[in-house]
Amino acid sequence: MTLTDISSPVVLTTALAGVTTLLLLVLGTPIAWWLARTRTRWREPVAALVALPLVLPPTVIGFYLLIALGPNGPGGSIAGLWGARTLAFSFWGLVLGSILYSLPFMVQPIRVAFETVGEEPLEAAATLGAGRWQAFVRVAAPLARSGFFTGIILTFAHTVGEFGVVLMIGGNIPGHTKVLSIAIYDYVEQGEWLAAHFLSLGMVVFAFVVVTATMLLDRRFGRLTG
Amino acid sequence: MRVLRRSVLGLLAAMGLAAPWATAAVASDVNAAVAANFTKVATDIAAAFEAATGNHVNLSFGATGALYIQTSQGGPFDVFLSADDKRTKTAIKDGFGVDGTDFTYAVGKVVLYSPTLDLTDGAAVLKANGFQHIGIADPKTAPYGAAAMAVLDRLGLTGAVSPKIVTGENITQTLQFIDTGNAELGFVALSQVVGKPATQVWLAPQDDYPAIRQNAVLLKHGEDNAAAKAFLDYLKGDAAAASITAAGYTLE
Repeated sequence: MTLTDISSPVVLTTALAGVTTLLLLVLGTPIAWWLARTRTRWREPVAALVALPLVLPPTVIGFYLLIALGPNGPGGSIAGLWGARTLAFSFWGLVLGSILYSLPFMVQPIRVAFETVGEEPLEAAATLGAGRWQAFVRVAAPLARSGFFTGIILTFAHTVGEFGVVLMIGGNIPGHTKVLSIAIYDYVEQGEWLAAHFLSLGMVVFAFVVVTATMLLDRRFGRLTG
Repeated sequence: MRVLRRSVLGLLAAMGLAAPWATAAVASDVNAAVAANFTKVATDIAAAFEAATGNHVNLSFGATGALYIQTSQGGPFDVFLSADDKRTKTAIKDGFGVDGTDFTYAVGKVVLYSPTLDLTDGAAVLKANGFQHIGIADPKTAPYGAAAMAVLDRLGLTGAVSPKIVTGENITQTLQFIDTGNAELGFVALSQVVGKPATQVWLAPQDDYPAIRQNAVLLKHGEDNAAAKAFLDYLKGDAAAASITAAGYTLE
């Protein structure tokens, strides 16, 4: 066990979770907004689609991703743009997988927060002459901030804890796709329990900090908005 | 949220209550931990054994390393069909295996396989190095992965090919990488690709890698299980030997 053996998966996992969280914030917010406000009959089917990764085994997602990212799927065509054959076994392939896998963890809390904000503040903003964008940025988003914080924390934590999907599409390449959960699995399998303990204990501490932070934020925002 | 929590608790309680009944029901069965590369043959042999004796075999497939760790932590296995001859000996030494029951049930062959490339001369394809990903089972835990690395080493290609290696958690996953086309080619067990066109499979020379002796051992958990001993005897018998050689292994 060297320092790189330990630090490389930690850095990689942090990068993966960070990039995934940022992209999901951008992608998830409009979806959450639409789900919270639309009146079409397609709302529930779309909501179900977004929530699907909560229920599906990661192996199902991993299996379909492996096919979709490969040379016979759309991923292969995209990878062809820069001369590669597949999006699997790459950092960005993992980002794609993580976005799919963590989608409900970002969308759900933001959607609930938007629904809690309701119509009145937006109608009031409109009466005062605010445009739709202005009403969103200055009224709806700040009022829904606890939903954003919860979504960000849950998405980041959930991506850090990802295992099944990465195992199936990652190829376990050090520095590219060998994330923390895989590194721990490897160490356990190889009987290198010292390294496994080291990383696992780190994850326990991380999980504890995340859960505590979420609870503290929740209370703080509860006091501010309530 | 509360509904969810209640149903989860209910489920856990149900599982806790159900567990003792489940073990009572399978007491006369054989629980076998089987190296992933032996999946197909083990399934056939287990079916034939069941037909012959009426005893049921529960097969758990996985990487040899993972299965051994599970065994050492009280995994409920009666027999262990390893993909190497080290872990069975370690099992005996560490007190999980029954002394004197260790034997070689099959000798594995490593092949290079690709559904798309012409591998008539596999060594040349490897040397040409015109591929982007090559699938290999984790050499640290899977004997076929270690054998693949030995073949690359013998060809003097370790350095050139290493950046293109994608590691499968076990030999089955490695085949998955290749079959889905994500890796153009890869090292798998001959037993996994028996029946494929000859041009897609290149048999690595036996001299290039240490023989993959796959050993089985009776575990302490199955010491008093007559069905487990019968299954190991069946594995040594002629009927099993025919299935094993037909599947692309040799015997000692």
